[in-house]
Amino acid sequence: MRRYLAARLLQAIGVVAFVTTFAFVVVHLAPGDPIASALARPNITEAVREQWRVAYGLDRPVSEQYVRWVVNAARGNLGYSFSHRRPVRDVFADAMPNTLLLSGLGLVLSFAIGIMVGLLQAERPGGRRDRWLGRILLVLYSVPDFWLALVVLILFAYRLPLFPPGGMTDSVMYEYLSPGAKFLDRIKHLVLPVLTLAVLTAAGIARFQRGALLAVLPSDWMRTALAKGLSWQAAVRHHAFRNALLPTITLFGLSIPAFATGAIFVEKVFSWPGMGLIVVNGIAARDYPLVTAGVMVMSVLVAGCALVADIAVAAADPRIRLG
Amino acid sequence: MTSKSPAGAGIAAPTVRRRLRGDRRVWIALGVLAAIVLTAVFAPLLAPYDPRAQLDIAHLQSQPPSLAHPLGTDTFSRDVLSRLIYGTRVSLAVALVAVSISITFGTLLGAVAGYVGGAIDAVLMRFVDAAFSIPTLLLLIVVIALWGDISVVSLTLLIAGVGWFTVSRLVRAETLAVRDADYVVAARALGVPGWRILGWHVLPNAIGPAIVSATLAVGNVILLEAGLSYLGIGVRPPTPSWGNIIEEGATRVSDVWWLTLFPGLAILVTVFACNALGDALRDALDPRQLLPAHDDAPFA
Repeated sequence: MRRYLAARLLQAIGVVAFVTTFAFVVVHLAPGDPIASALARPNITEAVREQWRVAYGLDRPVSEQYVRWVVNAARGNLGYSFSHRRPVRDVFADAMPNTLLLSGLGLVLSFAIGIMVGLLQAERPGGRRDRWLGRILLVLYSVPDFWLALVVLILFAYRLPLFPPGGMTDSVMYEYLSPGAKFLDRIKHLVLPVLTLAVLTAAGIARFQRGALLAVLPSDWMRTALAKGLSWQAAVRHHAFRNALLPTITLFGLSIPAFATGAIFVEKVFSWPGMGLIVVNGIAARDYPLVTAGVMVMSVLVAGCALVADIAVAAADPRIRLG
Repeated sequence: MTSKSPAGAGIAAPTVRRRLRGDRRVWIALGVLAAIVLTAVFAPLLAPYDPRAQLDIAHLQSQPPSLAHPLGTDTFSRDVLSRLIYGTRVSLAVALVAVSISITFGTLLGAVAGYVGGAIDAVLMRFVDAAFSIPTLLLLIVVIALWGDISVVSLTLLIAGVGWFTVSRLVRAETLAVRDADYVVAARALGVPGWRILGWHVLPNAIGPAIVSATLAVGNVILLEAGLSYLGIGVRPPTPSWGNIIEEGATRVSDVWWLTLFPGLAILVTVFACNALGDALRDALDPRQLLPAHDDAPFA
């Protein structure tokens, strides 16, 4: 167990080091330094630019810049956002809670839906219900994230104006609402993005859960459960389901990248002011420090969640815990 | 290569073929994909208008679907159906070329790593582990955002460059499984050179998983390209791709819905066909229908 954890931790550190280095290399390989490109105003003379390069340390050797980049990143100093005109860290501090709210709710909901659908399918593999749910899941699995979000937006915000088309709160009225109405307004703004994100990721989870259940069905203890007189349904729900939950913890780690990707598109379509929208808008604004730091932070989060998932599996599975 | 494949693959092949022939999914998916490929090949014959022509900026701007323009016109008065048909070429070409490159590269790398083992294997697999934990879309966003406007060719190469991880891992696992099989040991004892053992005895065993992986990857790359184009960093206008047609209508989804709906349906149908075919191939190759719980990432 300890050896496994140490190896796994080392791997996570490796991932973080890889991501940080990758971000640094990409920034430095890109044509033009930030002084030449991001501040491309003709009335700034070359002398001033040179002064800036010295001030920002861009005249130092690459190795020194790399060490400083790593040290700064470790301290949470992620650079300065040109488009927001404030430190990247502050921009992220505002956006992060919004993303965590959206993806947290989406995560809970999609696992609830996904596990339930997987169970419904695996109860009678190959049966009518299994086949139809399978087809629906495959459609959802094949749908472009951003397109589903756009279609949901068109249908439920514009054609049938049941929900607001975007943002977290009503841009005009929110300040004047009573606390109860404020809460309701927030809920209304959450419904479409959370549901879209949940449905998109639930498809992958259900497909995985069905597979995990089918993998444990031919076990000896399933035969024992049936032999002692349990109904097939009871055996699946009480015995197979619990055993199939273990891979689902692994799935939690595996699904995090899908959430990061889904959140980028869902946030963009529903103008949800989270990390994804900030990064995407940063691309258009050519705000390199913001984009690079955003991707770095999201990748580290993803790696962290995968690590937590693997530790949880190790703790739950005696074969690894005692091995 | 297949004619001289080892005994194991030789026995399995007819069964697999029979299973595939009896699977309705395979025929539907192949039919859909054939129609899409034909659309791409014969785009100039099928498209009613020039996809880049601004037909009548004064009167034909953002017109809803009509008889003359079955899928409507866009904000530049271009015919959406024509753009969609030509977009098929771009989206399909990007996906097929990128997947061919990444599957070839990943297969070779996985086979060599698995067969040679040792330090090469360890380094490569640690790298793949690390790369796996970063969402592909995020990786591409950084690179493309920083390099600015990139051509369709560079885009394809970039997508290929981040697409070989899954297949290299699969092929490596298959290689490990047969590396010490008797017929490989026998070939080695006879003095058959390593590259020939790889090509004739090891790779044919890995070809099945690689094909499944490639089929699913085509769908994934179509989604990836569409997503990047939607974010404005994939295929650049005026070259039409399924993703950037949607992007051009994205600011006006409340009234110009046809720019969103039709290209999205094209993507959905194509990706669905790829995934259905991939699922069918996997079921045929693995009759137990057991998804290996850990190596089989549900999200790619």
